[in-house]
Amino acid sequence: MKKVLALVLAAAMVLSLAACTNGGSQKSDAKVKAGFIFLHDENSTYDLNFMNAAKEACKAFGIEPIIKTNIPEGQECYDAAMELVDEGCNFVFADSFGHEDYMIQAAKENPNVQFAHATGTKAHTEKLANYHNAFAEIFEGRYLAGVAAGMKLNEMIEAGEFTAEEAKIGYVGAFTYAEVISGYTSFFLGARSVCPTATMEVTFTGSWYDETAEKEGANTLIQDGCKLISQHADSMGAPTACENAGVPNVSYNGSTESVAPNTFIVSSRIDWAPYITYCLECIRDGKAIDTDWTGTIATGSVKLTDVNEKAAAAGTADKIAEVKKQLEEGKLEVFDTSTFTVNGETLTSHQADVDTDADYTPDTEVIENGAFKESKFRSAPYFDLQIDGITLLDTKF
Amino acid sequence: MNHNHIPLFHIARRKSLPWYRAWGIRAIAIIAALILDAVITTIVTGLNPFQVYGAIFRGSFGTARKFWVLLQNIAILLCVSIAVTPAYRMRFWNVGGEGQILVGALGCAITMILIGDKLPNAVLIPLLFVVSCISGAVWGVIPALFKAKWNTNETLFTLMMNYVATQLVAYFIIVFEVPKGAGQIGIINQSTEAGWLPMIGTNRYLLNIIIVALLTVAIFIYMRYSKHGYEISVVGESERTARYVGIKVGKVIIRTMALSGALCGLAGFLLVSGTNHTITTSIAGGRGFTAVMVAWLAKFNPFAMILTSFLIVFMERGAGEISTSFGLNPSYADIITGIILFFVIACEFFINYQLVFNRRDKKAAAAPTEKEAAK
Repeated sequence: MKKVLALVLAAAMVLSLAACTNGGSQKSDAKVKAGFIFLHDENSTYDLNFMNAAKEACKAFGIEPIIKTNIPEGQECYDAAMELVDEGCNFVFADSFGHEDYMIQAAKENPNVQFAHATGTKAHTEKLANYHNAFAEIFEGRYLAGVAAGMKLNEMIEAGEFTAEEAKIGYVGAFTYAEVISGYTSFFLGARSVCPTATMEVTFTGSWYDETAEKEGANTLIQDGCKLISQHADSMGAPTACENAGVPNVSYNGSTESVAPNTFIVSSRIDWAPYITYCLECIRDGKAIDTDWTGTIATGSVKLTDVNEKAAAAGTADKIAEVKKQLEEGKLEVFDTSTFTVNGETLTSHQADVDTDADYTPDTEVIENGAFKESKFRSAPYFDLQIDGITLLDTKF
Repeated sequence: MNHNHIPLFHIARRKSLPWYRAWGIRAIAIIAALILDAVITTIVTGLNPFQVYGAIFRGSFGTARKFWVLLQNIAILLCVSIAVTPAYRMRFWNVGGEGQILVGALGCAITMILIGDKLPNAVLIPLLFVVSCISGAVWGVIPALFKAKWNTNETLFTLMMNYVATQLVAYFIIVFEVPKGAGQIGIINQSTEAGWLPMIGTNRYLLNIIIVALLTVAIFIYMRYSKHGYEISVVGESERTARYVGIKVGKVIIRTMALSGALCGLAGFLLVSGTNHTITTSIAGGRGFTAVMVAWLAKFNPFAMILTSFLIVFMERGAGEISTSFGLNPSYADIITGIILFFVIACEFFINYQLVFNRRDKKAAAAPTEKEAAK
């Protein structure tokens, strides 16, 4: 064993010499050093969206980001955050919901480092000066994508492919989580605003990324008579199924035109670059970062891809631009209570679980001036109502 | 003249090699693998291979924290490898380590959630330890019972139990998820730290490491010097012999799998109570399978497993580091690791066998004289 030990040590010394040769290459006099923690790598549309934003924002800011990919939602996240702190980062960003508690743990131990977490819900209750949540009003983007979907349905009805009553949308969701519910409801309301007879069926896969389950989910919906498919899950499963079946589809997180060139209509996504830029500027200028930051269309955080003219109805791009203007000017509320009912009744009051707790206690009145105020009391979505016109095929997740 | 056709070499079994020659062969294999890796790295990525190796090395030894994370990861992988060892020595192919870890972790997590606020840590932590070990043991004993009673195939059975365990964990995550619909539990008892293994000083991982170190010694003694250990080897060598000498084979199988499962459950306990403080379906991280390789490479010697699990964890940590330093996809590090493992496993062939080169001229000359002599 001694000889083995000697060999290992010798190898270690050789390697450490090699290690020295490329140390100290990074030189930057910027006061900000940014580290990023991502759940997967560039093969996931969700993480790719974040990675692109991180690189774009850091490049514009003139710094080199340190990126850690494939960090699970466990102790690894805490370790990764602490390693980034060790490397001198004063800004640490994590992109996955399950990273939150580990980021909070790291934030408590490093009061001089700013921790930002996308999609989280706890910053406003933890009240740490250096821990921040962020999200965007993506429901506005979903609504716009829904408008494009509704126009496509109208076009197919006019072409005599099916009757107005048969205008059923299918939706592949991940979990029965507020973010997903908020997403499909706003999408549906957008579609119904132009196609009043539209209905929707939703199925859940129980995973944020499961290509097979998403593909099967889409196939089930298509067989069930759905004329158009949308999704809240991160793989190419649903768009692929739609392309094979020739069913138009609206996706999320970015364009899926590469796998569905003939059926992809449009996609909405959150652009995280404005938020990351905002954080970097705050740190450089010594300002406090908002505890809970909500991006909007106006901040450039909610984006739509170009409309695929091959699949979209005529005039879709113009209509989207028109509705987008109304949203920006505040003339239109996505969750206007006069546009939907719950159990046949118009909502006048609703308590949502805004302050996360294990018993899901409703704690905040979210209906104001005739609208459900999504992302007002906390950046992460909390719309958890089941509105009439949407049927959930399964709710086991 | 067909007796003149002699192959260039033939393969013969070695009697035995002195340990230093065996380790010499292994060292040569690793060096050869590193050279091949270097060549491939240069061709495929255009990077300086020494810089890449440097980054891999920094992934484990770059900072004190990285070194502790390395030790912690070695400890968990070693714990699972040691857990599967008694079963393998018995030639019981337990590939259900993954499921046994998960079930142990699940038992621990549920107990932490349900009675975390009712008991002091001094009582709660030993209770979690026991619950995890029992859960893992139950998951290990089920296939063992079927094997002992009906001689079912344990490889398939333990493998299937992994999927059942994953679904069980998925189910309970939905039961206890926070917030509703999120599909995750989050850190359990984050404010009270109830049921968390205590830190030693400021070190989060030292206690885990000490527990596994003690376990390593204990299992070494158990396997080598105890009556149970002897019975396990006899059953592994030949069930008939075991029966002939009066060993109750069924009993040994069940007892050993209970131990194997309990130790996997212990790994689950260390993962939940010791480090993650939550449970996910991926918390075992494939260690139940990686451990099989660790144990085999070490020829089931618990101390040699320290070295083999080091090798695996070292490469894993290096993979993360090179993806951060060079923007390479971590899959690239898997290729590098794959080549090293291929060489390490293949070199065992040269330790057990030797190539004997046939000297064509001598034998060709010798053969006719033999024939003539026979005449």
